Amino acid sequence: MSLQFRLASRNLFHDRLRFVATVIGIIFSIVLVTVQMGLYVGFRRMVTTMIDHSPAQLWIMPVGTKCFEDPSLLDERQRFRALAVPGVAEATPLVIGYAQWRLPQGTTTPVFVVGSELRGLGLHPWNVVEGRLDDLSVPGAVAIDQTYFERLGISGVEQTAELRDRKVQVMAVSKGIRSFTTTPYVFTDVERARTYTGTTPSKASYLLVRLAPDADLWKVQQALRDSLGNVEVLTAAEFRNRSRSFWLFGTGAGAALFAGALLGVIVGTVIVAQTLYSSTKDHLNEFATLRAIGSSSRYIYTVIIWQALLSAIVGFAGAAGIGKVVAAATAESALPVIMTPLLTVALFALTVTMCVGSAITAIVKVMRIDPAMVFSR
Amino acid sequence: MSDIVLEATDLVHHLGQGAGRVQALKGVSLSLKGGELVLLMGPSGSGKTTLLSILGCLMTPDAGTVKVGGQAVAALDAEALAKLRRERIGFIFQSYHLFPTLNAEDNVRLALDVRGEWARAAKLASREVLATVGLGHKRKSLPRELSGGEQQRVAIARAIVGKTQVILADEPTGALDTSNGQAIMTLLADIAKDPSRAVLVVTHDPRILPFASRVVHIEDGRIVREEAVGESMKKVSNA
Repeated sequence: MSLQFRLASRNLFHDRLRFVATVIGIIFSIVLVTVQMGLYVGFRRMVTTMIDHSPAQLWIMPVGTKCFEDPSLLDERQRFRALAVPGVAEATPLVIGYAQWRLPQGTTTPVFVVGSELRGLGLHPWNVVEGRLDDLSVPGAVAIDQTYFERLGISGVEQTAELRDRKVQVMAVSKGIRSFTTTPYVFTDVERARTYTGTTPSKASYLLVRLAPDADLWKVQQALRDSLGNVEVLTAAEFRNRSRSFWLFGTGAGAALFAGALLGVIVGTVIVAQTLYSSTKDHLNEFATLRAIGSSSRYIYTVIIWQALLSAIVGFAGAAGIGKVVAAATAESALPVIMTPLLTVALFALTVTMCVGSAITAIVKVMRIDPAMVFSR
Repeated sequence: MSDIVLEATDLVHHLGQGAGRVQALKGVSLSLKGGELVLLMGPSGSGKTTLLSILGCLMTPDAGTVKVGGQAVAALDAEALAKLRRERIGFIFQSYHLFPTLNAEDNVRLALDVRGEWARAAKLASREVLATVGLGHKRKSLPRELSGGEQQRVAIARAIVGKTQVILADEPTGALDTSNGQAIMTLLADIAKDPSRAVLVVTHDPRILPFASRVVHIEDGRIVREEAVGESMKKVSNA
């Protein structure tokens, strides 16, 4: 094996204090990027969680709907026109909207009501850990997530509260259905959802469409557009993209996350560049000796790049460890930091790119070495 | 008759800029034949180091030509010059310039490593040369664990392990006591016994005159005198 790696590691580890400072700098930088990008991934996932859990293949919605939580309304009569389109097997209304939840002690808190038909195509709570979905057919029955027990003044099924001055009873409890807006979701039947949100009986927020077997998604989508007129018909994927686009870029949240990540990359690049530059400066005599005894420029660059790679590997290992801890600590929060395998690989690639890119200043310094200096020192 | 391994003709070189610009070399010509150990002597500021840098292809002269092993170097770019150095020229420096974080064996092996010779043979060659300079038992020692004389021997091992045609040594005994200086010069003289290799030593030290085949005196950027060192001088010195 060439001595380049040995030279690089010895140069790097020779000054332990500087090496530790570099690694801390890289860890700080990559943890910052990890948290920002992990939040981005988490946010991307959270804003589409309702769409992800709906079996609908097509969503019919009022023109200009920006995201799932956008409480615009359409005429439910469109449902029958939709059902008349060839290839549509099922079309059911979904009603969403904000309402006031009154706790048993009298205080109120806003909730986000999601109402759909309890049989067949709908948007029902998933991961039910207490009670049964079927029990939602009981008058006044609702389902909530156990995350919000304290907020809603509930400790389990069969407990009661008021929604828009109407008595409701918790008949099912889910686990892990959290809202990134922190407003609790309350699932119920579509008719009761209209009552709780003040929606007139002939209106709905969405129509969920399931296709007949062998029906062509794109053809049915176009046929629905032609038939229904003043509405939008989106596939689930299109609606997901629209929601993400609105929340991440329409609100500036995504830009803020990316700005934080960019800041992390800049800080990391400067720290590594500064360290490699000063390390190279300290070993200038050695690099000049290498040049004098005939090493190619490439040989020397390889030594410096090895130093950068070693810094990257050690720094990334530390940052990934901290990132995992942060991800675990936020897993149950409204906006978890999610570390996917792809994100981990991307962060490693970013760390390596950042560190190798930082080597440029050191390489420029070495390029200017006069090998004849070996005779004057 | 041995071949000329290093030849410089009419070298002119300036150092500095503006008002501080001085002519360090004023038409220097010098050649080294295989089997020679030549001493280059002169007072400080006479142009010794500039000449050594140009002969070692570390510096390009303003005028004149340098040929190493018959190859003119004027047209070569920095990478080609580096290749020429690693294949044909070995350097020994007054302050050794060993790598403090590498042990003696790795310091020697570096001269082969920069040539792309990484195989086990390179390791064995380094050990063999270290044994030749009397440091076979200290191959794992770091430079800071070696005396000045031992460090210079490692530097010599690094210079000769690649079997280069030319060895250029800058004050190799300058930092050593008499006995270590004599030992180092004995090693260099042994290298110069090979008719395909030549050694040029820049020195102020008159004690090493007996080891030379020829002494070249440089003053004020010019070669002012050349003299062969006779057998009688060597005998006097040895007596």
